[in-house]
Amino acid sequence: MKLTVEGLAFKYPSRHVLNDINFTLSKGEFLAILGVNGAGKSTLLKCINRVLKPHKGSVFINEDEVFRLSRRDLAKRIGYVAQRQESSRATVFDAVLLGRKPYIQWEATKKDMEIAQNAMKILKLEDYALRYLNELSGGEQQKVVIARALAQEPEILLLDEPTSSLDLKNQLEVAGIIKSVVKNQEMSAIVTMHDLNLALRFADKFMLVKNGTIFAAGGLEVITPENIESVYSVPVKIHEIDHVPIVVPL
Amino acid sequence: MKDGLATVDGLKQTDIYQRYTAKKKLAVILLGLLIAIVAVFAVNAGSTNLNPAQVMQTIFGKGSNISDIVVWQIRLPRILAAVIAGAGLSVAGCVMQNNLRNPLASPSTLGISNAAAFGANVAIIVFGAGSIQSTSADAVAINNPYVVTFSAFIWSMAAAFAILLLARFKGFSPEAMVLAGVALSSLFSAGTILIQYFAQDVQVAAVVFWTFGDLGRAAWNEVIILAVLTGASFIYFMFRRWDYNALDCGEETAKSLGVHVENIRLGGVFISSLITAVAVSFLGIIGFIGLVGPQIMRRVIGSDHRYLIPSSALMGALLLLVSDTLARTVISPVVLPVGVITSFFGAPLFLYLLARGYQKK
Repeated sequence: MKLTVEGLAFKYPSRHVLNDINFTLSKGEFLAILGVNGAGKSTLLKCINRVLKPHKGSVFINEDEVFRLSRRDLAKRIGYVAQRQESSRATVFDAVLLGRKPYIQWEATKKDMEIAQNAMKILKLEDYALRYLNELSGGEQQKVVIARALAQEPEILLLDEPTSSLDLKNQLEVAGIIKSVVKNQEMSAIVTMHDLNLALRFADKFMLVKNGTIFAAGGLEVITPENIESVYSVPVKIHEIDHVPIVVPL
Repeated sequence: MKDGLATVDGLKQTDIYQRYTAKKKLAVILLGLLIAIVAVFAVNAGSTNLNPAQVMQTIFGKGSNISDIVVWQIRLPRILAAVIAGAGLSVAGCVMQNNLRNPLASPSTLGISNAAAFGANVAIIVFGAGSIQSTSADAVAINNPYVVTFSAFIWSMAAAFAILLLARFKGFSPEAMVLAGVALSSLFSAGTILIQYFAQDVQVAAVVFWTFGDLGRAAWNEVIILAVLTGASFIYFMFRRWDYNALDCGEETAKSLGVHVENIRLGGVFISSLITAVAVSFLGIIGFIGLVGPQIMRRVIGSDHRYLIPSSALMGALLLLVSDTLARTVISPVVLPVGVITSFFGAPLFLYLLARGYQKK
């Protein structure tokens, strides 16, 4: 599997949000998209799976143009978790089973339910199967929607700030789960993040976005004090502790 | 690699889940049985005393002339109209609440009921379709009901189309659609008041009588049209039940799950409007069922549309059937306006459920 984004651009009537975005992503890669609020990170995710319609550019999964796929076929290949969740009066199992929506013709099959169950297992939600979403904590809800995206059995996961509303323990747990899923299920993940250190610890590719364009992209080598200062306007130092780089604002 | 997701040890959660959904199916079946029981009682009830045996004989073609007329021409169409219109209005409300992402949405939200009332006013007052009837039972009558029905239908669909066009071509959000509906409602009320201000007393009486809502207006023709339309809509809604569940997670998530959000919404709102327009044009304004039917079931059975759609339909049918039966029997032989009973009976029930909160499991 290879994701290719070519010349992607998006604008609202009054301003450009994304300009000329080009990158590729291979199977098993965990790409962290970094940048200040309003840099265009969320918009980029939404343009990749057509939640928003970009006004220029194209996205390919292997040879397939995303904009030529039906929504249903696209949903079988890209799972997406939005930044904010709406919690309805549904149980955890209901919510995760909804990830099978692109595959369900009339009714969920036994196989659909087993896949949903396993997705819950990966996120350690087994004991929550019949709990109602609106009675869960923020961290638990976040896990439910990630489980739903996994139940889609996608090739690519798009996660919009999946760890922002979580406590330290849940941040580490969720980021760890994403990393292991990407490796074990041979998916790729594109994750927008605010916590640089969390990104450095779990992601293997990085993209720094500034004013709707890619400022720098690549492996660990792009995370330099100079780049970070340019993107965030904050001077930083990078230390290494136990082989993990740590960004420390000065 | 992907098979890894399907092959896991034990099916504990799926078993528990299936037991949980089986309960919901049972609730739907029980609700259906309850309607059947109330319907039998409703056929018996009324000013001509018939016992259940006579009713059954009549239904199977062995009744007397009088019981034939009472059962076949008066009570059965009326009861079927209650069941079908109740189901249609309630399921329309259920879909509107989901599609417009608004718990207050109901068939009257988009101004459809007010537009229908305006249409009836135009027909009765401007085109003179209403006049005096000299019996003591009804002071007024509508001597050309088809013109009234047609006018009500045309105006209510005009209201629906206005909003659908705004949504389709001006990209109205669900919120803007609801607000546009409120605006149209107020416009049609104003039009109605203006027409009535310049009308004669008897015309106003006729049109007020029309707006009360009366299931007795339905003869077999109306019942059949309502049944075919409601049945077809119900099947469409059931085909869309997973889309509606996805919409409950928000628009962006629904899109990412493969839902054509705009098309689903336009389709759902159009069909709900159509059911409402037809029901209101035939029977007059029957409020509250479309709001309260689905809201009751949301609290009892949850928001999974696989069960919410059929159970909302059944709850609406039950509410309207019980209300109409009460309306016919409380101070018999006077028949109270069914809309009044619906609210008297439905509002306390709904308030009780609101106070109690959601049912656990």
